[in-house]
Amino acid sequence: MKISKEDVLNTAELARLEFDDETLSKFTRQLGDILVHIDELAELDTKNVEPTSHVLELSIPFRKDEVNQVITAEDALRNAPSKENDFFTVPKVIEDQS
Amino acid sequence: MSIPRTIKEAAALIGKREASPVELAELFLERISSEDAKINSYITVWKEVALEAARKAEKEISKGNYLGPLHGVPIALKDIFVTKDSRTTCGSKMLRNFVSPYNSTVAEKLMANGSVVLGKNNMDEFAMGSSNETSYFGPVRNPWDTDRVPGGSSGGSAAATAANLCVASVGTDTGGSIRQPASLCGVVGMKPTYGRVSRYGMIAFASSLDQAGPLAKTVEDAAIILSSIAGHDPMDSTSVNLPTADYASALSADIKGLRVGIPKEYFISGMDPDVEKSIRKAIAELETLGAEIVEISLPHSPYAVSTYYIIAPSEASSNLARYDGVRYTYRCENAETLRDLFFRSRSEGFGDEVKRRIMLGTYALSTGYYDAYYLKAQQVRTLIIRDFDSAWEKVDVIASATSPETAFRIGEKADDPLKMYLSDILTIPCNIAGLPGISVPCGFSSEKLPIGLQIMGKPFDEQTVLNVAYAYEQSTKWYEKEIAPLG
Repeated sequence: MKISKEDVLNTAELARLEFDDETLSKFTRQLGDILVHIDELAELDTKNVEPTSHVLELSIPFRKDEVNQVITAEDALRNAPSKENDFFTVPKVIEDQS
Repeated sequence: MSIPRTIKEAAALIGKREASPVELAELFLERISSEDAKINSYITVWKEVALEAARKAEKEISKGNYLGPLHGVPIALKDIFVTKDSRTTCGSKMLRNFVSPYNSTVAEKLMANGSVVLGKNNMDEFAMGSSNETSYFGPVRNPWDTDRVPGGSSGGSAAATAANLCVASVGTDTGGSIRQPASLCGVVGMKPTYGRVSRYGMIAFASSLDQAGPLAKTVEDAAIILSSIAGHDPMDSTSVNLPTADYASALSADIKGLRVGIPKEYFISGMDPDVEKSIRKAIAELETLGAEIVEISLPHSPYAVSTYYIIAPSEASSNLARYDGVRYTYRCENAETLRDLFFRSRSEGFGDEVKRRIMLGTYALSTGYYDAYYLKAQQVRTLIIRDFDSAWEKVDVIASATSPETAFRIGEKADDPLKMYLSDILTIPCNIAGLPGISVPCGFSSEKLPIGLQIMGKPFDEQTVLNVAYAYEQSTKWYEKEIAPLG
């Protein structure tokens, strides 16, 4: 299926990505070509075929709730692009009410 | 002392006291510093860390605490395995300064077995690519012809191994990322069964497909590394709790009576005639060695690429949501709002191929398209698995080309993502079905570029896959006859 620039813009909003006009046109064309190719899947009759999300039969493993590996706050913050005390800092989220 | 090319040779030198681990580490570090500028196969070289590990290995070995064939042997790791000793970039600007607070299980196990890690290999950004051109740290070049790609995404691991800038390396394979570069660089590369090796600390691309495995000069070396990294890990709930083996000791070149399936769909139209010729010759060689050749059909394999390019990007779009500029990644300058911070950090931190796949996956999972794309692809995944299930009733392994072509020129497919995606047409089915697969060198094209033979096996039957590759390798010995110009 060919997709429109508008579809690409909507998807970019969901993916938290932004593009300049040139890239937007390029991506619209490239993603359209890929999706047209992928449309071949519609040829296959998949009625009553169970979907596979994973090749293994997974079960949730349980273990005792014991502390065994600790990443300290200091370690966790070591790569932070911006921090204050024991916190990551980001631009203010809540607007001033005044 | 001649420079060892294999784990086996390096271990023999150490065993006979002809070279110490420190001498070997120094030798390879020198080779990297004089040669790697030609192929760009390392993102980070661990000079001090490697020498320290080598000194420790030397001390332990001299005390009689020999840990096995990897002890003191210089290897490398794809820069997708997180390590405490240096940054782990995953080939991305997003993680260019990231230093993990913990080690991946693969790195931990290799170090526990005494191997000396020389550094972290270059790769396609977030393992997304088949040419190693999408790395933020520049393309890797093929040691057989530096105008050509090494394949990807484990292109740095394959190129470094072929050029002997490490004796072996460990990479990851989501749709062919170990086997295709191994084929294009003339080395052995193995993707184990999904669940065989822990993914803990292996930066996630598509979690239901990703698997770690060795790149090496010989099948025996690949088996040695697999034995080291395989096994259940409580830190990865998808690593299976099944017994592993000493795959190297159990190697056998006796394949008499073994049934080798040849899927007719794998001789695709547009295949390089030199590749087809080599593969047909390799199949004849397997027959000479006593294997029974059986023509089979895997009727849904032509749909594997389309299935993969829904499933892998969908999982990737979810996995890569964590790179938001807040905690440990690249952050844009002067963000005014949190929204601005998210959008600009991601848009500046990811390269085009990663963005394309995030977009594709986000689109496939979005309201209104989920059934047509994601659900449909999951159903076709079932059909592809069923194809293999019926094949296993007739054969023990399946053989094909690894890649329909030899190494292509840098830039040749860079602007045509769909063409690039089709390079993985013969390796993707293995990942979709979770099967083990190996690529072993099987000759050269008229342009003197390596060609790889792929052997696929039943789930958790790595040993038979290795045995068939070993039997073929021992009777042809391409790895001895031909060495890359930069090797």
